[in-house]
Amino acid sequence: MVYAGIDIGSNTAKAALINENRVLGTHVIPTGYNPLNAGLTVFKILLEKLKISKKDVAAIISTGYGRASINFADKAMTEIICHGTGAHFMNPNIRGIIDVGGQDSKAILLDTKGLVENFAMNDKCAAGTGRFFEVMANALEVKLDQLGDFSLKADKPSKISSICTVFAESEVISMIAGQEKREDIIAGIHESAAARVAVLAMKIKIKEPVMMTGGVAKNKGMIAALEKRLGFELIVENFAQENGAIGAAVLASRL
Amino acid sequence: MSDKLLEKRKIKSAKKMRDIMTTYYLDALTAGQNNKQVAWITSGGPVEPLVAMDIIPVYPENHGAMIGASKMGEDLCIKAENMGYSPDLCSYARTDISCSIVKGGPIGGLPKPDMLICCTNICGTVLKWYEIQARFYNIPLFILDTPICHTQYSREIAKYVRTQIDEYIVFLETITHKKFDYEKMAQVGKLAFEGQLLWQKVLNTTAHKPSPMSAFDAFFFLALIVTLRGTQIAIDFYKELIEEMEQRIQDGISIVPNEEHRLLWDNLPVWYRLKWLSGKFSSHNACLVADTYTSAWCSALKYIDENNFLDSIAEAYTRIYLNIGVDQMADQVLDMIKFYNADGLVMHSNRSCKPYSFGQMDIMKIVREKAGIPVLMIEADMVDPRNFSQSQMETRIDAFMEIIKQRSR
Repeated sequence: MVYAGIDIGSNTAKAALINENRVLGTHVIPTGYNPLNAGLTVFKILLEKLKISKKDVAAIISTGYGRASINFADKAMTEIICHGTGAHFMNPNIRGIIDVGGQDSKAILLDTKGLVENFAMNDKCAAGTGRFFEVMANALEVKLDQLGDFSLKADKPSKISSICTVFAESEVISMIAGQEKREDIIAGIHESAAARVAVLAMKIKIKEPVMMTGGVAKNKGMIAALEKRLGFELIVENFAQENGAIGAAVLASRL
Repeated sequence: MSDKLLEKRKIKSAKKMRDIMTTYYLDALTAGQNNKQVAWITSGGPVEPLVAMDIIPVYPENHGAMIGASKMGEDLCIKAENMGYSPDLCSYARTDISCSIVKGGPIGGLPKPDMLICCTNICGTVLKWYEIQARFYNIPLFILDTPICHTQYSREIAKYVRTQIDEYIVFLETITHKKFDYEKMAQVGKLAFEGQLLWQKVLNTTAHKPSPMSAFDAFFFLALIVTLRGTQIAIDFYKELIEEMEQRIQDGISIVPNEEHRLLWDNLPVWYRLKWLSGKFSSHNACLVADTYTSAWCSALKYIDENNFLDSIAEAYTRIYLNIGVDQMADQVLDMIKFYNADGLVMHSNRSCKPYSFGQMDIMKIVREKAGIPVLMIEADMVDPRNFSQSQMETRIDAFMEIIKQRSR
């Protein structure tokens, strides 16, 4: 049997197809203005890519901010449960998850059976999330996917003191004017974001092994900064960005 | 659900309660014409001496709740901010201060006060808030200071607060030019005591599964024990309400159609989103069966001696929920979880109410450890909707309910 998960995030829409044992494939596109369209499109592309017919998909679960818009799904569930389930499917030893997406970051604690025990999310402020990195990449004229590499080449990370993305951007601009090294500024940005996210992990007393998921898991600089801050290694599996969609598909298989 | 079923679920006493509150506010608004005086008093203040002196008590905090529920909070908060008050100031204080000037809100502003009674047992903000109003209206202010009882009610605290109760009476005698009637005080004290016992009984009915009413109803029915405590009106009403609840239990009428999960709420309500929140929880077959907020108006009952009212209220008013140590607060929450058989705790981290929100992280930890149930913390504000984000709230509540459902499987 084939099951689908569709994760409509603030930034990207992800689709995953699984069978009982493994991930068959995933696809990611920008969410854009219309979440339902994004869901339809990403699902259609993935089906074509894997040459699977829609009628062979036994069940679909939607998740993410746009979960309620996906009217062709059998059920909508939150990204917290989906990330927990996805991480457990990929690696049953996982007890903690740090998920950083487009505009939210969360820490999730799992019990040994993979059920969510507790979670903490950023509230009222999206500093330290994917959007934060986008704004900074823009200010520094660096491509988003190069940010991590730049940060790893820093000598002395700059100190970003503002916790607000908008104010942090002005701080970065004045650092650029002060001719601080671009690599140092970028490393400073990563340290600042890692500090924000680490608080969530500490809040729920996260347990190892911890998996990093979400789009920001692709950023090596962020992983390094978080590991430094937390004092332990993070596990990044394949499909980190699509982990929520994979979890949704796993939950669909249990419907 | 059919209209008939909806009608059956409706709590009939609500209409009567609305009528009583309308009469109460009309009396207060026309006090001057009837040669009566009006005192504004904080929600946790000792109102009984006012009732004994035939002074009409008016509660700016109850008014704040009305402003919030009628979704007029944002506008009045902004008006206060335009006057120079910080958005970090309590939204009850902001709306009350601006309402005094612009006469806005659902009832066009509160009746002008002749005096102010401020008791610090609920927070420190009331001190400056009432000083501002005393200057604005140019009227006398009485401050009853109740030190926080972290662990115990010491002899020093007892003496300090008891002395102020006598000063309070002298203050009232001076303003009204009337002798204090101790006999009437004793009667009012008995009525206040009975009213609180009945309020406790109303709240206790929700221990029944399924619950005949929810915390959302308690938020509404609370108004009488706050504003009309010490009167026969409150007693008669709550007796009827208890009857209705008992009848609902007998007839198997629950407030949430398919109650499966029972939750406890902490902190003040989100007044402008009551309907949305109650619908949200209902959609998960969850009922907020009880809350720490409405219980605060009967949680100090054990300290009251109805036959020695004035002496005992010094302690009762000092040891209310917001004026005790975090460990004791957690004990009360744990007792409630047990009594109401709650599967989860929802904590509203209320931007406005610092004393209520401070310590919630500790209580959360204690509850998780000792009761072993999931706890959700949501961030909002009781009156200012600019601190409420629906999609953030939705994800948190949905995820919390998914966790509870997974556990109950």
